[in-house]
Amino acid sequence: MTNYKTVFAGLDHYEKGGVEVINDDPKNYVFSNMFEVASQAKPWEKVAVARNQEYVLEAIRAEGTSPWRVTPHDEFAIVVDGEVVFELLDPEKTLIDPSASGSITVSGEPAGKMMGKITASRGHLALLPAGKCYRMNAAKPSVIIQQTILGPETVERWSQICQKF
Amino acid sequence: MTEASVVSSEPPNQHGYRPFTLGGFRFERDEHFVHVQWPTGRHVAAAEPFLKALMRDVAWNFFYGTVNFDSVIGTLNHYGDVDLFAGRFNEEYRKAELDHSENFPHDEIKATFQAMLDDWVNEDFDPFAAPMETGSAYGEKSGSNAPAVTRTRVTAKRMVGLPNDEPLRSDESGYPVNRAFADVDQTEPKVEVNEGYENDVSAFNFFAYLSRSDVTWNPSVVSVCRESLLCPTTEEFILPIIHGNDRVEWFVQLSDEIIWEVEDRETGKPRAKVVMKAGDCAAMPADIRHQGYSPKRSMLLVWENNSADLPGQIARGEAPTVPVTF
Repeated sequence: MTNYKTVFAGLDHYEKGGVEVINDDPKNYVFSNMFEVASQAKPWEKVAVARNQEYVLEAIRAEGTSPWRVTPHDEFAIVVDGEVVFELLDPEKTLIDPSASGSITVSGEPAGKMMGKITASRGHLALLPAGKCYRMNAAKPSVIIQQTILGPETVERWSQICQKF
Repeated sequence: MTEASVVSSEPPNQHGYRPFTLGGFRFERDEHFVHVQWPTGRHVAAAEPFLKALMRDVAWNFFYGTVNFDSVIGTLNHYGDVDLFAGRFNEEYRKAELDHSENFPHDEIKATFQAMLDDWVNEDFDPFAAPMETGSAYGEKSGSNAPAVTRTRVTAKRMVGLPNDEPLRSDESGYPVNRAFADVDQTEPKVEVNEGYENDVSAFNFFAYLSRSDVTWNPSVVSVCRESLLCPTTEEFILPIIHGNDRVEWFVQLSDEIIWEVEDRETGKPRAKVVMKAGDCAAMPADIRHQGYSPKRSMLLVWENNSADLPGQIARGEAPTVPVTF
């Protein structure tokens, strides 16, 4: 019986594939690698690696402690490398318009009630609930893929991260 | 959906299989092949790939866009009604005027396709399974496999594992770890919930959940952010259909490797090969069709924008066929 080895990747071990063109422009495929993107990002920078109209998937380099953030809609975070602790807080007043898009940084320490804490490592998916605040901490450089909506703090640098030729 | 909308003759043919008629299309199967006839032509396909494609078309409710069973036969979803076509997306069939297309209400074509699966899938064959995990699709009729062909596709309302949402998978619930993912860590995240926040503080081992999938090439919804759907799937061998996009679709390779053959949606002419390894992210433009090859069972995150407006906007040229330009 075959002894299968599942290949995952990480900040210090990834191997990119690529677009092999026959009759097309490789830029149409917006091809990048999340670990390469995170390896070149600042801590907690929200770099879009996929976009479909207003929706995005962001690669986030988790390192140290993030500022508190608040999201107007549910966001979801997949830890794809390392370990990240998510603290969740229910703010005592509304900090963001529920019809807005994308999470934003909260200045300072928001007042409210602690909801709980999630300690997530590679492969774990966490809910970051609408209207609530969260703060993330990673003792070592880690990577998160975040399902969210394009917001004021989303970074788009497609020409730097994507295959062009 | 009503049984009355399914047209099949009785008794079955000499191989034990019932023929089916849908408008001007007639479908028959024998020990090895499925034969399709329409007013201007005919087609023959091996039973196994045909049934695997038919299974996906039914399970996915014909979405999104075009489901090409092969280079000739397929369906085009209009979300409420569906075109069944022969040669519609084959340049040579169109030139030769052998192509044919008919439109059917969603429930009518789905009922017919489901009845074909019920009758044509034998008891040892599972169209969702990897080749080494199922018996043969070939031979004379031998029983049926209702549990395999009537699986319900997982579609979380908010996130898998939340109260009143889709459940996690376990040995106890009938989802053992797949043989190819025996080395995937099954440890769950540590979730500390303060009283009253049980519906909002939640996490689960997503990779372990995928390692327990009992199907291949069948995206399911695990989390929902407005119209943004994370639709992961486990892949092994060949995507049984050639998927023609009616909107941009994204692939994020979570583990292992998939090679995608990309063709022009209308003509089938080759455009690119996309090799995706763990961590790679790539868009499938809205004017292509694609088929994937996964040498080892792999984890693929398919990411969809479920907006009902998108196909029309793209068809009218109001939205681009690529997600970004740079």
